[in-house]
Amino acid sequence: MKFTLSWLKDHLDTDATVQDVADTLNRIGLEVEAVEDKAALFAPYVIAHVVSAEQHPNADRLRVCMVDTGRGEPPVQVVCGAPNARTGMKSVFAPAGTYIPGKGITLTVGTIRGVESRGMLCSAFELELSDDHEGIIDLPEDAPVGQPFAAYAGIDDPVIEIAVTPNRADALGIAGIARDLAAAGLGRLKTPAVAAVPGKGPCPVSVSLAFTGEDAHLCPAFALRLVRGVKNGPSPAWLQRRLKAIGLRPINALVDITNYITFDRGRPLHVFDAKKVTGNLVVRHARDGEEVLALDGRSYALDPSMVVIADDNGVESIGGIMGGEHSGCDETTTDVLIESALWDPLNIAQTGRKLGIVSDARYRFERGVDPAFCEPGLALATQMVLDLCGGEASEATLAGTIPDTRRALAFPYAEVKRLTGLDLPAETMRGTLEALGFLVAGTGDVVEVMPPSWRADIEGKADLVEEVMRITGLDNVPAVPFPRLEAAVAKPVLTLLQKRTRLAKRTLAARGLVEAVTWSFIGKAEAGLFGGGDPRLALANPIAPELSDMRPSLVPGLARAAQKNADRGHPDVALFEVGQVFASDEPEGQTIVACALRRGTARAEGVGRRWDGEAKPVDVFDAKADAMALLAALGIPTGGLQIVPGGPDWYHPGRSATLQFGPKAVIGAFGELHPRILKALDIKGPLVAFELTLDALPAPKAKPTKMKPKLALSDFQPLTRDFAFVVDREVAAAEIVKSAGAADRNLVTDVTVFDVYEGPHVGEGKKSVAIAVTLQPTDKTLTDAEIEAVSAKIVEQVAKKTGATLRG
Amino acid sequence: MTDIPTLERTLIGAVAAAADEAALEAVRVSALGKKGSVSELLKTLGAMTPEERREKGPLINGLRDRVNAAIAERKAKLEEKALAARLAAERVDVTLPLQEGPQTRGRIHPISQVIDELTAIFADMGFSIAEGPDIETDFYNFTALNFPAGHPARDMHDTFFLPPDDNGERKVLRTHTSPVQIRTMLGQKPPIRVIIPGRTYRCDSDQTHTPMFHQVEGLVIDKSSHIGHLKWILEEFCKAFFEVDQVKMRFRPSFFPFTEPSAEVDIQCSRKGGEIRFGEGDDWLEILGCGMVHPNVLRNCGLDPDEYQGFAWGMGIDRIAMLKYGMPDLRPFFEADVRWLSHYGFRPLDLPTLAGGLSS
Repeated sequence: MKFTLSWLKDHLDTDATVQDVADTLNRIGLEVEAVEDKAALFAPYVIAHVVSAEQHPNADRLRVCMVDTGRGEPPVQVVCGAPNARTGMKSVFAPAGTYIPGKGITLTVGTIRGVESRGMLCSAFELELSDDHEGIIDLPEDAPVGQPFAAYAGIDDPVIEIAVTPNRADALGIAGIARDLAAAGLGRLKTPAVAAVPGKGPCPVSVSLAFTGEDAHLCPAFALRLVRGVKNGPSPAWLQRRLKAIGLRPINALVDITNYITFDRGRPLHVFDAKKVTGNLVVRHARDGEEVLALDGRSYALDPSMVVIADDNGVESIGGIMGGEHSGCDETTTDVLIESALWDPLNIAQTGRKLGIVSDARYRFERGVDPAFCEPGLALATQMVLDLCGGEASEATLAGTIPDTRRALAFPYAEVKRLTGLDLPAETMRGTLEALGFLVAGTGDVVEVMPPSWRADIEGKADLVEEVMRITGLDNVPAVPFPRLEAAVAKPVLTLLQKRTRLAKRTLAARGLVEAVTWSFIGKAEAGLFGGGDPRLALANPIAPELSDMRPSLVPGLARAAQKNADRGHPDVALFEVGQVFASDEPEGQTIVACALRRGTARAEGVGRRWDGEAKPVDVFDAKADAMALLAALGIPTGGLQIVPGGPDWYHPGRSATLQFGPKAVIGAFGELHPRILKALDIKGPLVAFELTLDALPAPKAKPTKMKPKLALSDFQPLTRDFAFVVDREVAAAEIVKSAGAADRNLVTDVTVFDVYEGPHVGEGKKSVAIAVTLQPTDKTLTDAEIEAVSAKIVEQVAKKTGATLRG
Repeated sequence: MTDIPTLERTLIGAVAAAADEAALEAVRVSALGKKGSVSELLKTLGAMTPEERREKGPLINGLRDRVNAAIAERKAKLEEKALAARLAAERVDVTLPLQEGPQTRGRIHPISQVIDELTAIFADMGFSIAEGPDIETDFYNFTALNFPAGHPARDMHDTFFLPPDDNGERKVLRTHTSPVQIRTMLGQKPPIRVIIPGRTYRCDSDQTHTPMFHQVEGLVIDKSSHIGHLKWILEEFCKAFFEVDQVKMRFRPSFFPFTEPSAEVDIQCSRKGGEIRFGEGDDWLEILGCGMVHPNVLRNCGLDPDEYQGFAWGMGIDRIAMLKYGMPDLRPFFEADVRWLSHYGFRPLDLPTLAGGLSS
């Protein structure tokens, strides 16, 4: 919403500066977006007298002018190329150092074909006043030399633009803005009252509202009036100047009047050329297949949800949004029908959205215009038409009824203190409300407040508190320390999952992984490849095809990101993300997953080639190490953890595993990505990843105290025995480790695999797995015989469980 | 009888000439070994008369002691030499560069870091962290928050929709974190003090907008909290978060469907050379929206607005991260470019705390 300071002063008696106005607007909730101070911009331009204009000695098309700037200095020499430069004329002078907006340059003292020039005589184009650059501005003989040109020409009016929130339809008219400013103490409201305009004879065109009871709200009231014998043409300069200043293009007087009242009072109007209207007007639903060529020159296909104004010709206007070209007013218009109507905000918003029309009328009607100003608005427009275009007005006709929006709200003054902390005298609050147009009845602690017709947004006492608070100024609300709920040390607040999420991020970062935040949505094909693709998780209006489906896994986003980094010359990347994945559109379908992905040689220990070793590409064990490190950091006991060979479909079946505490307690997976997946995503490996669903991890057992279990240390030396077993290639090493440990649970405290061998020495389809078993005696040193007995038991157990033989 | 001084000269000379420990050992054996020249002399002492022994004993023992000492001295020297040779041989080029270790390479994303900072500040004020689903119903995202159907404020949200279900209802990707206010108020009894960080979505994409971004919302519900408390919390938050002693804030009345009264908050700053500094200057930067929870929202959550009251505020996590740490653009936050992440990310163990300071 734009307006000029002088226009505001039509409604507000004030000597406030533009800065005061802007500061106050911000303070009361009408946010200033821009202030354009034209007076400052045009300050160097003065009205000047061309004392002489003589032919330039060295150029046919140039003249050397001596210019009297009226400032008591000797005439200034200016070289001018304008054909109309002549001795004795009055024009506009800009001295060296002036910024010329039309040319985007700053003037300097220059020498043109050997003659010095110390300024410029300006064209209207150079001042961005019009497209006219045929010659310099030619002012009347009586133009006051030495005076600022902007003030003389009336182009020094500062323009203020404010952002109006959706609840403040009343501030979409300058009168409404003035009312707010007056209430805030910036001046006295002086908006002139609208006098009734007598008419001669009834309006010859009638209006009917073709709505049934339940649709009556679409157009509650429609007022219409004819003015005969008008003379339409360009509107007066003052009106054109105001419209131009706020960015509107003057069309003709009749149209300009409607635009003027739209901004002056927030009351959109429409004018029909009465001679182009056939028969009477009917306000009705549009019909399927109907089209209208609107005033913006575009044709719109209508549907029955939309409301139109039609005559015997068909649709003449899209109600409350934009008029039709056919019955629009132009210079030939002699009889004009002026419309002032009320429309349903919701329907206007929907129609405007569907048709893609953004108009000043729609903008106001969808926020709600003042119903009580429907008929006065028509009178105001009629008077302006009579004043500017002449003619003779008919009486007004009104179809429908103006809704009565009066309502009384009980307002306890104490509510202001309760909600804001502001302690104000009751008279102050009453005064503020009354200044804003509210009627306040009663004298006690609780009064009855009746909102004005232009404030449809006021529903209850909280709204009244806001009115009082914003006019008082939020800066005057004292900040009050917010007490703790208990006078105590702050208690921990994070949930288990929140703590685990935080810890997971720090742990993975400490393993050399870089945290990424990737889109929650991925492409449809990718979603399908990674266990998703449920149509219920596909966006109806995705912003791009590759951002269409809610992600079922974090792997594809990270894999894509890794490839993009590789394409930029960073092939060895280690990325992780801890974020949400979606299994359904229900809240329970959303879980938090920690996922890390390594590419190239981006291993935890180091990346790339190194002087003391080769650059080893990442493999499944890098992913496993990340997963196990995370479980360890999160304190998840891994005693019962099963590492089941083979993972979800997007992993290499022979180089992946599922992490679970049981078939129904899967917590994640790790592995190398499946070659088919790499091909489908058009990315290159090696690429390994792990995924761990943090929601699926078991919660720690509740303990009554923070005591750690008693530490039992043995007084006896541990000893280690090595065993090399030959087993079938398919036997899982973990089985050997598990069996060895199970051979004597009291003595065996650790089993590690220190060598794995496949080759001719063990035969086809076999492998050798060498383990080191640590025995920890607790009550006495073991004898050789006892050690032998345990060793034999270990060999027997492993053989029994895995078919292993001790390697000879 | 050997001439002792001659033998001594010979032996001392041999010790001095021994080039390594083996040669020295050979000299030692030749002198002090079982059959050594000095040992042989010592053996003669037994056969001597007491007078002879009194005369020769000190000479021979003296010879033994001096040879021993010479050998020990020479041995020490040779060991020293050998060690020096070994050390010289073992020398490596310690300027050879290491590969960067994991702690050096790893990074925390600025969004995670800022959420941890927010958590540290607000946990101290007794706020817990509330969360909710990204896929929301129209009820939680709009209706319960007092957005009337068709209201222009709904339009301004650029909502992502999911397909309609059997009843024709479309779920949405939450356009703000405010639906979690509703879930919190429906799920727990006042007093409520929560902050709600999370992902939010709007189908809008340009230089300054991404279809996904992060918000943090605060909510307080009890029987006495008012705008004055809200102002204090936000001022304290801004000082703590931006790590400055003073901030100047400007509260402008505004409009949100779910708060009444509502305000937007600007923070005073200076911009010099592309750097934003808070607590000085004369520019204003909008950072958040806030207000008293609208009576209709309280009612929608089963709370009597005449009994309960409270306030809420919301701001962009990405935005305040940019303001504090100086990232010029929003889009790279979500592009996973390791160059950007390594530069703007945080070291793995830079855990923000109030005790140690939010940032190091």
